[in-house]
Amino acid sequence: MSRIGVFICHCGSNIGATVDVPKVVEAARTLPHVVYADDNKYTCSDPGQQSIRDAIEEHDLDRIVIASCSPRMHELTFRKMLHQTRINPYLLEIANIREQCSWVHKDIEAGTAKAIDLVRMAAAKIDRDTPLYTTTIPVNKRALVIGGGIAGMQAALDIADAGYPVTLVEKEPSLGGKMVMLDKTFPTMDCSACICTPKMAEVGTHPRIEVRTCAEVEKVAGYVGNFEVTIREAPKHVDYELCTGCGLCESKCPTKITSEFDQGLGKRKAIYKPFAQAVPSKPTIDAAHCRKINEGKCGVCEKLCPTGAIRFDDEEKRSTETYGAIIVAIGYQLIDWADLYGEYGGRVASPNVITGLQFERLVNASGPTEGHIQRPSDGTEPKSVVIVKCVGSRDPHKGKAYCSRACCMYGAKHAHQYLDKVPDGRCYVFYMDVRTPGKGYDEFYMNTQRDGAVYLRGRVSKIYEQGGKLVCLGEDTLAGATVQVEADLVVLETAMVPADDADRLGSMLGVTRDKDLWLSEAHPKLRPVETNSGGVYLAGTCQGPKDIPDTVAQASAAAMKVCILFSKDELESNAMIAGSDVGLCNGCGACVAICPYQAVTLEEVTRRENSVMVTRTVSNVNPGLCQGCGACTVACKPGAMDLKGFSDEQIMREVEALCL
Amino acid sequence: MRYAYFPGCSAASTGISFTLSASYVAKRIGLELVEMPDWCCCGTSAALVTSRDLAHALPARSLALAEQAGLDLDVVTPCAGCFSSLKRTVHYARQSDKNRHRLEEIIELPYAATADVMSLLEVMARPEAMEPLAAAITKSLNGLRVASYYGCALVRPQEVTCFDDPEDPQSMDSLMELAGAEPVRWAFKTECCGASHQISEPHGARRLIARVFENAAANGAEAIAVACPLCMLNLDMREAGINESRAVPFDIPVFYFTELLGLAMGGSARRLGIDRHFWPTGKAVRKALAPPPEPSPDNHSTSELPQEVTVA
Repeated sequence: MSRIGVFICHCGSNIGATVDVPKVVEAARTLPHVVYADDNKYTCSDPGQQSIRDAIEEHDLDRIVIASCSPRMHELTFRKMLHQTRINPYLLEIANIREQCSWVHKDIEAGTAKAIDLVRMAAAKIDRDTPLYTTTIPVNKRALVIGGGIAGMQAALDIADAGYPVTLVEKEPSLGGKMVMLDKTFPTMDCSACICTPKMAEVGTHPRIEVRTCAEVEKVAGYVGNFEVTIREAPKHVDYELCTGCGLCESKCPTKITSEFDQGLGKRKAIYKPFAQAVPSKPTIDAAHCRKINEGKCGVCEKLCPTGAIRFDDEEKRSTETYGAIIVAIGYQLIDWADLYGEYGGRVASPNVITGLQFERLVNASGPTEGHIQRPSDGTEPKSVVIVKCVGSRDPHKGKAYCSRACCMYGAKHAHQYLDKVPDGRCYVFYMDVRTPGKGYDEFYMNTQRDGAVYLRGRVSKIYEQGGKLVCLGEDTLAGATVQVEADLVVLETAMVPADDADRLGSMLGVTRDKDLWLSEAHPKLRPVETNSGGVYLAGTCQGPKDIPDTVAQASAAAMKVCILFSKDELESNAMIAGSDVGLCNGCGACVAICPYQAVTLEEVTRRENSVMVTRTVSNVNPGLCQGCGACTVACKPGAMDLKGFSDEQIMREVEALCL
Repeated sequence: MRYAYFPGCSAASTGISFTLSASYVAKRIGLELVEMPDWCCCGTSAALVTSRDLAHALPARSLALAEQAGLDLDVVTPCAGCFSSLKRTVHYARQSDKNRHRLEEIIELPYAATADVMSLLEVMARPEAMEPLAAAITKSLNGLRVASYYGCALVRPQEVTCFDDPEDPQSMDSLMELAGAEPVRWAFKTECCGASHQISEPHGARRLIARVFENAAANGAEAIAVACPLCMLNLDMREAGINESRAVPFDIPVFYFTELLGLAMGGSARRLGIDRHFWPTGKAVRKALAPPPEPSPDNHSTSELPQEVTVA
């Protein structure tokens, strides 16, 4: 016979205003097996917790129900409290009478009745609760960082500086990501490469960081502390052990291809370093465009290479290694505006309609024009520039509903840079709102206006070429008039969207994606770098649009979480996980198929059944991988699978308490 | 191909050339158009600014009468304005039974909203019409540079019209290509012609026409093709007036797309209604139908001036 204690919280007036708490206490006292019920102004406070501990001693309680806020808020708090008593921390049920009751109702009578229902359900459920125990799992103290942009580099450096080995996987031939493509960074206008390339060099030479470029994560198995990761490295066709990075091969390669790094505005060779300060500072061969590889002719690089480092027959490499934690820092890409904005010319737009990232390359001293702002069509200096903000962002009809966050400052920076380099030029910025929260941000925007940038509040409805000019039709909503601006160059500040790999990697790692495919953090406020998969953390723009300072801060936060994990030799496993009753399991495998964490497998067991030894296939749950989501318990037809702390039996008692 | 036909008020008046040329083409590609019984005004923009109920009820009445007469066919209308009104009503009626019942109550007729509404352009750009069109086209339009002008109502709002790209539609361009014309890539395909503002607000609205011609001319168009009687009227009738204040006048004739298809099928200008235009079409028609200047042995073009060509 269980002895249940029920504690109802007022949460100040959060619950008390809509729920008649004393009435709930009265009702709780009449429930079966409830030997004690009381209320408290703030149950989570120190005196609140003490009164529960006292009641447990005084009334010899063996399990408790707390009716308060959501279990996501304080279940852990109260479990820790039970650690100090003789009650098992899992003999605790939370009835959520705040978020799911008092906060959403206005009528006290109905609110009170619902609170009583919720308490009755929790009391019925806890009657069937059993003590649960955690086990320990070992921690492998090596971190994997996916993505070598500023977020990945910062996280890798922090973890490595703390003393743990790190593998950094980058799919491009060089570290640096998007940041190294930028010319200058707002609001201080320091040169992006000047602050980014030293970090790249530091990562490249750090004794505890192993950098793998042209590499992708192909497969992830295992669980927190023990991930088995398969990394695939594309062939570089250059032996990095022998290559000295002299650059002779690149200078003589006869094939010229559009440069990805210069955003299509410049050329590169088939054997190339994406940019001068690339790390590793060694070239790779683009097999798709190499004449020797495709046509069997040429081979100039091989003939010239003083160290004989060229390997035309280089092959893909795969390796599987164990890591304790994974940081995802795969960044973003820019939305493909041409598909969405036919009114700006779409796929057949003028070459003089460019993206912000292309402008960065145009204005960069090591870019295709050596920093001279020129029209891509004819190389002339544009005398008037239109900058269009919110292209693809804040536009649910065509693109994304969200604000891309960095573009207001990005646009202001472009206006400033243009007016700085072309003093007699005119610059018009079409905007919806100017959002500049951040240190020194609004001052920067004001300065840009003082520079002479004309800000027009309204969207651009059409961009077309006529008479050698780009005619931009738009609206000035402050003047209440339509406007027509003739520009030589149009810069579209396009929305950030998740990297191509986000969906694949997310499902491989068990990280949920939001409706726009950004990887989701575990809690939007309190767990911003953790994910719902233990041991997997997020850094930078893969989690949502952000600027460089926020990206770096988040990367360091993720690194810190990894260091916390690595500070322990063993981890406590989750006690509330699924378990299969071998006697009931028929080996159908429905649980295996539905498990999002690959935690359930089928295995053969030999056991005595009805006095006969039989060998059967049954399901088995890996306690390290199971996250306790409960999907398998619903899929299980014979009812063999149960989630500890949420058994079918307990759920049925809850339903009965509500319905009968 | 059999459709219920909603002619609209312009069919026998300002848009007579559209009716003449459309029926010429329809007959030759096996497109049967059954006129809806007792159809009435679609309400156009006048009803829309008067009352939303009225704007939905007027088309609903015509559509319901067709249902009542057992005309179990999708509806086609040549006029972009009628298309917009009818399509909007069907969209509204299909949104909820509540909406549909409200319409039934107003028009005092049962209305099931089963029939789809299409513009004549949409019907002709469908594969089952493109095929007989390709067979019926006997003359190439000699690469006449045609700017296809869709106007605003055929492709917008996209949730309602569900037809072609709202910013850069292609259906009329592909019909022009089929007829041997060269589609012009230009920026004003779906810009407003000023519609009825040309009457109420002539001063501001004329500019809307001028810029359509400007962009067509800047992109080398020799003719503009339209699929809306009001676009036609505004462009064709007012080109001369606009030219009065221009140093370099425009000389771009405006055609219904069906007129150009008809020409490519060997139809005469009189038969197709081309001789009823305001702006002279002669130069463009002559270029379209002229035999290639220097026929080379491997040129299979069979263009000949038809006997009955009459040029306005």
